[in-house]
Amino acid sequence: MLASLIIVFREVLEAGLIVGIVLAATQGVVGRGRWIAFGIIGGIIGSCVVAAFADGISSLFADTGQELFNATVLLIAVAMLAWHNAWMAQHGRELARDMKAVGHAVQSGEKSLAALAVVIGVAVLREGSEVVLFLTGILASEEGGIATVAAGGLGGMALGALVSVLLYVGLVQIPTRHLFATTTWLLTLLAAGMAATAVNFLAQGGVLNVGGAVLWDSSGLLRDNSLIGQALHVLVGYTDRPTEAQLIAYVGVVVGILLLTRWAAGNPPSNRSRVASPAE
Amino acid sequence: MRRVSLLSAACAIALSGAAFLQAAPVRADDVITIVIKDHKFEPAEVKVPANKRVTLLVDNQDATSEEFESGEMKVEKIVGGRKQIKVMVGPLKPGRYPFFGEFHEATAQGAVIAE
Ligand SMILES: [Cu+2]
Repeated sequence: MLASLIIVFREVLEAGLIVGIVLAATQGVVGRGRWIAFGIIGGIIGSCVVAAFADGISSLFADTGQELFNATVLLIAVAMLAWHNAWMAQHGRELARDMKAVGHAVQSGEKSLAALAVVIGVAVLREGSEVVLFLTGILASEEGGIATVAAGGLGGMALGALVSVLLYVGLVQIPTRHLFATTTWLLTLLAAGMAATAVNFLAQGGVLNVGGAVLWDSSGLLRDNSLIGQALHVLVGYTDRPTEAQLIAYVGVVVGILLLTRWAAGNPPSNRSRVASPAE
Repeated sequence: MRRVSLLSAACAIALSGAAFLQAAPVRADDVITIVIKDHKFEPAEVKVPANKRVTLLVDNQDATSEEFESGEMKVEKIVGGRKQIKVMVGPLKPGRYPFFGEFHEATAQGAVIAE
């Protein structure tokens, strides 16, 4: 029973950390609660669907369907995070101003929230489908039954939610003017880590056949399947045995997002006056 | 003009994606079977040729699902209850590469020996 609680906790933690960062990144943006709820609910529904069709997905593309599905889903999240950060670079000033005028809606902020809802949905979908497969497996066997599933499911989810709330509370302690810079960096590293994981799935599926050499092994210092290693894996993309291709993807995404946000900041939105006009 | 170049870029990406999928190995040689039973791997140690890409067929005979995982081989794949999956590993340098079942880590332990 404790084992299932720990496994569910670990999976929920992975998705929960992402929700915590997104919540902090959208601090003060009107309508964020609805979009984040959309993301979580959509992800939960999606994870049940993915779990139900797991065997079908797995057998696609010469039995590399699971790898290609994971890689695709991660790369969609990377694109959404890049887009969100570019959007923030364009609108950050208005957002900061509007946050002072409490309750003042930021127009067209919905698009950026939708992108982050997709990121959350994807994170919940990936980890959630593992939870569903794990728990339905236990239900199907004689060893545990409903008591184990309930204890593992609910306990693990509560613990995972608690940690993500703690992360969120910790982040929002940061003064507002530094909060945006901090969360932008966190989202950038989150995207880079996701890209590196996606690259690994592509290599595992035999789609990517170059750059497979492992660059270093820091598993003696911190294993990436330990609890701290796993949290760092989600937050900054820590991997104890990165391959060349993973490092290239990681650095490439960080540089790519930096260039994109710099370019976006230099191209302010054409509807600036409309967005920035104060309501009072 | 800009639209045309965007379009051709999109086509190029789609085509190279299709080429990638075509290139995905479908050969069935070098398949090594590992059975999961009572949350244990059978055999717990398998020998594979070094410096060669091999396919592991993980046959889960338990009712519970399992996640076949190895940091050393950099693989992670879910296999449903009473289902099978194929995991491609390598090419591996000679050595011992432990793997485990993430959902039943206490008992599900094994290793690939490349030589
Ligand atoms: Cu996971």
